[in-house]
Amino acid sequence: MNGYVLIGNGVAAAGCIEGIRSVDSDTPITVISKEKHEVYSRPLISYYLEGKTTISKMNYRPKDFYKKNKVTVIYGNAVSADMKAKEVTLDNGEKIGCKAVCIAAGSEPFVPPFEGLDTVEKKFTFMTIDDTLALEKAIGKKSRVLIVGAGLIGLKCAEGIAKRVASVTVCDLADRVLSSILDNECAGVMQKHLEKNGISFMLGDTVKRFDKNNAVMKSGKKAEFDVLVLAVGVRANTQLAKDAGCDTDRGIMIDTSMKTSIDGIYAAGDCTQGFDSSTGENRVLAILPNAYMQGRCAGINMAGGSSEINDAIPMNSIGFFGLHCVSAGSCPETSEVFEEKEKNSIRRLFIKDGRLAGYIIIGDVSRAGIYTSLVREKTPLDEIDVRRMKISPSLTIYSKEIRRKKLGGVV
Amino acid sequence: MKRVYVNEQWCLGCHLCEYNCAYANSGVDDMVKALKGKQIFPNVHIEEADGVTYAVSCRHCKDPLCVKSCIAGAISVKDGTVVIDKSKCVGCLTCVLVCPYGAVAPGPDGAASKCELCMQNTCGEPACVKGCPNAAIVYEERQERA
Repeated sequence: MNGYVLIGNGVAAAGCIEGIRSVDSDTPITVISKEKHEVYSRPLISYYLEGKTTISKMNYRPKDFYKKNKVTVIYGNAVSADMKAKEVTLDNGEKIGCKAVCIAAGSEPFVPPFEGLDTVEKKFTFMTIDDTLALEKAIGKKSRVLIVGAGLIGLKCAEGIAKRVASVTVCDLADRVLSSILDNECAGVMQKHLEKNGISFMLGDTVKRFDKNNAVMKSGKKAEFDVLVLAVGVRANTQLAKDAGCDTDRGIMIDTSMKTSIDGIYAAGDCTQGFDSSTGENRVLAILPNAYMQGRCAGINMAGGSSEINDAIPMNSIGFFGLHCVSAGSCPETSEVFEEKEKNSIRRLFIKDGRLAGYIIIGDVSRAGIYTSLVREKTPLDEIDVRRMKISPSLTIYSKEIRRKKLGGVV
Repeated sequence: MKRVYVNEQWCLGCHLCEYNCAYANSGVDDMVKALKGKQIFPNVHIEEADGVTYAVSCRHCKDPLCVKSCIAGAISVKDGTVVIDKSKCVGCLTCVLVCPYGAVAPGPDGAASKCELCMQNTCGEPACVKGCPNAAIVYEERQERA
């Protein structure tokens, strides 16, 4: 019997399995896994280096997950999906019959063609357990580490290894850290905190060429290093989908039910480009909660159920050396900004068209989810107490009646 | 299933629920030893505005955002109760980012902490409910609203 074939074995695939099994408890599920690991929590790799978790605790689901869900895992590489023939082909020629496919192939590190990169002996990307274990082997108390990329991946890596190496320097073409989620001022606060914890920066500058243990920067500056980490960015894995005839852009194009443009092929997670309700546009929303939810939605639909996600928003919770930062939604330039600042904390609300379009908090992030729900649900601000919203996130922003439903009912 | 519900009109704002919660989850037999002079990390908190007070704790949602969003796979639903495996939690606070009720918070060890209906401690029933002097917090079965 042809079953469901999932290409990828990350969090989106786990969501897809759980989605399918919520509707269909019997039809076989085959997962094709490029990595030789059971599903694990990728964002935890930096916490592993920091000593805050172990490889076994990084398992995203319990040991019996595949067995309990009647899933066969094939450790291999899928090279094509043909929905006319209803089969997925592996690189060893093996063919697997399928009634529906979910592409949950994630993303790959993007490594620009730096001049002289081939002369660097110890160079790593930072995405997977295998990357992490290889990096761990290469570093020691005396290592000077250069990280190219001051985004989430580069900076989490910096935090993870900071106490295990002699020095960490991070460079980025952007003139601020975390440029994809923070504005200038917030980025400044985070950068200062990272510097206080021993991380050095070369921002607004990038590597022109490498010569063994030296990086020559565009500015003419030089950086000597023992270990290089490349965290410039990631690219969605779209090739297989493209070859199968699916529309792709920066990611595999999906609708709000996770369908691609080809019947029978669904896609979920970091490889997709889906609806971002905070901007109304389609974009790659490569965040873990989104991967799980998309996977589950795809699974339910593949199995004949009905599910839709039309409220996905960008959001991040990230901390470095004890200083937390959360953000959600968008910060449109034309929005009204409300903010409160202290030395090491910022709370900034972006209000537009009578709604909370987005927010950034650094420091005390307590109850931030109340703001996130205002963004996600596009709650009209004239239905809540805006004065109280500005004081802090709490349920006091709601009317007695709404609060009675939230705290007195089944939700 | 039975959940903790709040009767806002009966809340005195006495904060006893917070202390009873922190004590029940402290693992210490003596309330004074458990709480005196210590910063407490209760899984229920009182909110207050313009003379109105009420307690907030985990709603044990039917389709919980925290479970779907946890980057460590540390939050799950066991028999209807949303629970955190603290040994897996790395304290990233994504659950705090997504909980629409503000009912998850970092605990003393940095791991996320929330109400687990006192199933995981020796109290046997929610300590906040047991100790509430005015029945402002109750533990009961309620029907879903249409």
